[in-house]
Formats: sequence, structure tokens, C-alpha cells
Amino acid sequence: MSRRAVITGVGVVAPGGIGTKAYWKLLSEGRTATRNITHFDASPYRSRMAGEADFDPVREGLTPQEIRRLDRAAQFAVVAGREAMSDSGIEFDQLDPGRIGVSLGTAVGCTTSLEREFIVGSDRGRYWEVDQSYAVPHLYDYFTPSSMATELAWTVGAEGPVSVVSTGCTSGLDSVGYAAELIMEGSADVVVTGGTEAPLSPITVVCFDVIRASSTRNDDPTTACRPFDKTRDGLVLGEGCAIIVLEELEHARARGAHIYGEIGGFASRCNAYHMTGLHPEGIEMSDAINIALKQARADATDVGYINAHGSGTKQNDLHETAAFKRSLGAHAYKTPVSGFKSMIGHSLGAIGSLEIVGSLLAFEQDLIPPTANLHEPDPECDLDYTPLVAREKKVNTVLTVGSGFGGFQSAMVLKKVEGAGR
Amino acid sequence: MTRAVVTGIGIASPNGLGPTAYWRATLHGEAAIKPITRFDSANYWAKIAGEVPGFEAGRHLQGRLLPQTDHMTRLTLVGTDWALRGAGVQPNDIPDTDIAVITAATAGGYEFGQRELQKLWHQGPEYVSAYQSFAWFYAVNTGQISIRHGTRGPGAVVVSEQAGGIDSIGHARRQLRKGVQLALTGGMDSSLCPWAWVAHQASGCLSRNNNPKRAYLPFDRDASGYVAGEGGAIMVLETPESAAERPGTRIYGEIVGYASTFDSRMPSREPGLKRAAELALRDAGMDASEIDVVFADAAGIPELDKAEAEAIKGIFGPYGVPVTAPKTMTGRLFAGGGSLDVASAILSIYWSAIPPTVNVENPVPEYEIDLVMNEARHGKVKAALVLGRGKGGFNSAMVVREYR
Repeated sequence: MSRRAVITGVGVVAPGGIGTKAYWKLLSEGRTATRNITHFDASPYRSRMAGEADFDPVREGLTPQEIRRLDRAAQFAVVAGREAMSDSGIEFDQLDPGRIGVSLGTAVGCTTSLEREFIVGSDRGRYWEVDQSYAVPHLYDYFTPSSMATELAWTVGAEGPVSVVSTGCTSGLDSVGYAAELIMEGSADVVVTGGTEAPLSPITVVCFDVIRASSTRNDDPTTACRPFDKTRDGLVLGEGCAIIVLEELEHARARGAHIYGEIGGFASRCNAYHMTGLHPEGIEMSDAINIALKQARADATDVGYINAHGSGTKQNDLHETAAFKRSLGAHAYKTPVSGFKSMIGHSLGAIGSLEIVGSLLAFEQDLIPPTANLHEPDPECDLDYTPLVAREKKVNTVLTVGSGFGGFQSAMVLKKVEGAGR
Repeated sequence: MTRAVVTGIGIASPNGLGPTAYWRATLHGEAAIKPITRFDSANYWAKIAGEVPGFEAGRHLQGRLLPQTDHMTRLTLVGTDWALRGAGVQPNDIPDTDIAVITAATAGGYEFGQRELQKLWHQGPEYVSAYQSFAWFYAVNTGQISIRHGTRGPGAVVVSEQAGGIDSIGHARRQLRKGVQLALTGGMDSSLCPWAWVAHQASGCLSRNNNPKRAYLPFDRDASGYVAGEGGAIMVLETPESAAERPGTRIYGEIVGYASTFDSRMPSREPGLKRAAELALRDAGMDASEIDVVFADAAGIPELDKAEAEAIKGIFGPYGVPVTAPKTMTGRLFAGGGSLDVASAILSIYWSAIPPTVNVENPVPEYEIDLVMNEARHGKVKAALVLGRGKGGFNSAMVVREYR
């Protein structure tokens, strides 16, 4: 009897609101939460917008020690982790801790804290020899992002397999795919997984500035991210976190848990092409989609909704549109597609998990969130991208994809589980 | 169940480049911990490290790769070349979608990152390298290997501090089981720049003793922390059927068991290392009595040494198995350390010898472990257990065996 991985709890920290409810409200209403950057003075930079989360760690119940010690991304993970735990209804302290795992995605880890400490230790870059006397005690925790998996593992009491999966902008999909593998192979019964990112600091903004990947529509930040629109001019950064409780199906059924859906299939591919560029044919993403569908024992025609990467760059739009057509054939034209980054920005290693959670909620509500800011469709992107307004549709199978620097292409198939109503 | 054998090993270690030089030095106990030369350590309290000497990236890599890569990526790319060459894999031997790349990382391209942070804050945003967006992030090595060798199969990067080097190989084996023919896997790490160094010092794990012979002394009564180093190992892991397609391919050994666990924050709970080792043995379908040597994590921190000794004693009994830590010669290599230990275990099996632990003179008697000190022990090694731990609570264990 093969083991299956199902989702029984979700938690979210996102631009536009903290918690799953606020997140769904934003998505379903097709509102955008991108704005001019307030976290720091962004005036020297080319792109000065982001999807910022209005996150107050005190209000979210973190202790002063946690707030001082933890990078913002780790704080997100703890807060979203607690929501997911509570949502799952699992009494974590009643489980065998050795059967609980953690798999957390992040692309740039604790960059924000690292940059802050660098500025102090190097006196704003004046000295190559960073002054050791300014080092904070938890500097090493910022140095390596596995410290964030440690924090989440402590939150849930995990003593099984724990790690960070860091594959750039596909981290949030890949970490959940990894978690599903742990459950299917029998290494754990419950894996708390997802992705977290709080990258909004100057060095991250500059990274995208220098390669001109980000939007310069600074006068109109709420409509700046325009995937599949011919007026698009790049991505808008974001921050956020989604944590997912993955559970072995029988384990979940035995306790009568509410089941959001199943990780039917997952695959990742390297494109062997370019660290930041994409080949317009989308072959590797299409390969990943095909494998994920096969694992899920689903046909292309079963896919009722495609959650796109939709980063807001032309090369991405053409790349994934080609991949969807390559894998789904004529069915691609009949399938609603939408991109959440138009609303919450691109939170790098977290966005894949945020997209999974949004897709699961679409299952629940029989409602497909739209692609915001899509007023003038690019004629080269000729699929149904669900512009502006959410659409009612009963969906049983969702395809969600991600694409990132390093050439990573990932695809996941989410399926509804029969007899799993709340 | 799909089997996973090692057919190529690329090593960059402070005491040797390539498996032959590394193994010769390691068997002879040649230590390579020395005063730091990569940056001026005068203003830091920790002044020694394991640096990889004689590595000239420009001799191995095209010039265009140099401005876009951190030192650790260059080590990784060259190590991967060596591993593939050793395994006799030629381009087009294997379908490109049947090759996975799974690496471990701890801190990314940190030296590259420091340079760009300095430019940003001292000179201005327009001076930051266009390569910064990927040269410093944790995923860089997998991406660069994939591009260099045209591999289009699965790619992943795992981060679990110093346990990651083992975890990456475990995840690569998982990919073989899912149907991939070959995986390039392991870790190479380097973070020897001032900005990384203050982080290492802040970890509370570095020894304050700057005498290279007395700084990193795992299981010794004078244990006072560890020494940081750079390097690691990249391996070619493939199915025996895949290796058989290239007649004459040398099979060094087989990865037969793997598990990872995590330590609870609650002191009442037992640390997870012993459980990881037991699970890895169970995964291998082997009894502890079949293990001929343990490559220890060897933290060099008294309470962690004690916990590891208790785990080993708990499984094998007092003085029940030879235990060694060749990393006493190189320092700890972070994402590269676990991979180099697995490579060492495999070379141990291949060459029938257990390399020594150096510099340790007074092992704590209460630990009751049979530490291989000073000199290599020669004799048949059929199977080895490799242990690794990462700061924060990560434990990993891997069982390797001779291929038959």
C-alpha cells in the first residue's frame, strides 16, 4: 500500500494581511498589496516597490527575546507555523516526535539581518576587515539559513528529518515536494513544510536592479506587477511565508482530519541553460509538469486550474505559456491560469508555498483567484489568464509551477481527496 | 530496491586535491591546519584554518566563469569535473534528463557577497556586480553544475548546517530510486573572508587555541572547539546498471543506508544522533556488528563529544568499533565536511585502511571508544558508518559498504 501525502493545516503571513483568512480575502477579491517600500529608504534604487507584510511581531505573540534573536523571515515561519499547527487540529505533543519532520524553503535566508549587521561591522563598507567586536551573538544563525528550520522544528517539536531546501525562487515548491517524499517513503508521518522569505533589504533590491529584472513603475506601485500584460516591465519583490502541515493520508483519516488536498505529484528540473535566463520553449518546465502529472495519475485534461509562476517578466510569460501548451496541448487553452505575484509580489523562496496554499483555498471555495493588473493582454500570451476578477469553478486538480535563478523549474499537482469534507 | 554506487570522487581538501593525493595525505596523518593566509587575521581572535592550497581556478575553469563565481563554486565545479572524469562519464553517455544534481550549502558564496555588500555600501548601488543575484545564493552550485554539464534532470540544494553534506547524498540516492540514472552530489564549501569569520567566531564553536596541533581535539580531555576549513567532496552516484554501461568503470563502494533526525530543545529528551545511526543501519538492513569503522562527527566540543561517544557506545558497546575523525587534519568543512567523510569512508573500504585521528593525545577514558589515533590501521573494511551533526540540532547518518 503506497503512502500518500495530504495537507491538513495551513498558515500564512502575506502582504495584505496576516493569516489565511486575510490572504484569501485579498486573492479572491483580486486586490493588490504591492506598494512603495517602507522598510528602508529605497530612494537610491531603480525599483522602489514591494509587497510588504504589515507584520507586528508583538501582536503576533512573539516574545521580546524571539524578536531580537530571529530574522524577520524566521519570525514569519514561527507565526505561520503556529497557525498551521492549530488549523491542522493535530495535538503535536501527542505524536511521536521522531515521526515529525520539517522542510522549509528559503532563497536568501536571513539576508536582511546579515546586511544590517554588515553595515555596523564594516562601518558602512569602509573596512574589508569587519570588526569582530560588533558581532551579535546570533550572527551565526543568520549566516546559515538552516537556523530557520531549527526554529520551526522547535515550534512543532519535530525530532525526525529536518532541513532547509534552498533552490532560489522554486524553494517554496521544492521544500513541499521534498516533504511529500519524506512522507511517501515512510521517513515521517507529519512534515511541517512551506517557505519563508523576508528579503526586502537594499542588497536584494540591488540584485534585481542591476539585471533589470524588476519593474520601474514606481509611480504606480499597486499595479506594477503585470504578468501576461503587454505593458509589463518586470517583477515586484515581496515578502511572506506559508507553512503547510503535510500528513500521511491514513494518519489524517484516522483522526478524522479535514483534508485540503493531496500532493499528487511533484518534479523539478534544471534547465542547463543560464543562471538567470529562460529558454522560450519551456522544455524543462514542461518535462517537470509531465512527470508531476504522471505521478499524480492525472491526464492533462484533468487539470482544472493552472497556478502560474507569473513573475511579470516577458521571458517568464513566454516560457511558461509555452510549457503549458507543450504539456497540456489543446487543453491548455481551456484551462484558467492565474498568477498571484500580480497581487502580493515575488517573495522568492516563499512564493511557491503561498501559491500552494492559495490553490488549496481555491479548491475549498470553488473559486479561482484572478491575475490582477491584466488589462492589455500580450498577444503572444494567448491562454486564459483569468484577468482581474475571480472566477467560480469547481476544480479537482490544480497544477502549480515555479521557475527560478539557477535554472530550476518545478511543477506540483494538487488533487482533491474524495470524502474529505469539513 | 534501486542500488546506489559511487563511481567518481572529486575532492578538494586542505590536505590534498583529488582522491589520490587526499588519501595518501590522510593515511599518513598529514594535517593541514595552518595560520590563515586568505585574509589578514591579525584583528580576529581565531587565526588558524584549513585552507585548500594550490588551487588555481584559472587553470581549470574558463575565464568567463571567474567573475561570476565565488571560491566555493569554483571548488565545486572543478571537483565535479574530476568526479565525472574519474567515473569515465563522457558527454552524451547518459540522457541529460537522467542526471540529477543535489548539493549541500551552508552560507552560499559568502566572500563574493561580502565584496558586493562592500561595494553597495561604500561605493553605491551602481557598482554591484550583475552576478550578485546568483553568485552568493545557496542554490548556486547546483545551478552552475547543471549548466556546465548540460544536465536537465532534478536539481536540489539542502541546507542543514554541517549535516548537509550527508543529507545531500541521501537525497541524491532518493532521486536514483525515483528513476534517475546518475546523480552528481555532495558539498564543497568555503567561507574564509572577514565577514564570514566574524560569524564563525560568533558561533561559539571555534577553538580559542591558535596552536594548529592543539586547537581541534575531538574526544580529548583538552577539547576546546573546532577549526574551520574549506573544501569537500563531490561524488558521482549512480545505479550499478548505469555504471555497467561503461565497461571498466571502477565502483568504489555502495551507499546502503541513510537517515536524519533532529534534537529536541527539551533537555529531558535524548539527542537524536543514536537514533539516526540506528535508522540508517535499519535502512541498510545491517546489524551493528557488520560495521568495521565509524567516521565520527567529532565536534571537538566536550558535551557534543560526550553525546556522540554515548551514541556510539550505545550501539556498538564499549570500545566496540574503531572510531576515527580524519577531519582533525583539515578542520571542519561545513557543507563539504559530511561529503568528504562519506568519500573517506568509501576510500577506506576501497583501499582497506582506516585513516587516523591526529593531534588527539588524551581521549577522555569515560567515553570508552576505540579511537584510531596517530597511525592508520590497515585491514579489510567492509562497511562504515558516517555520522554528522549540524548546529541547531541536525543529525545525519550514512552507511556505506563494499560493492558486491
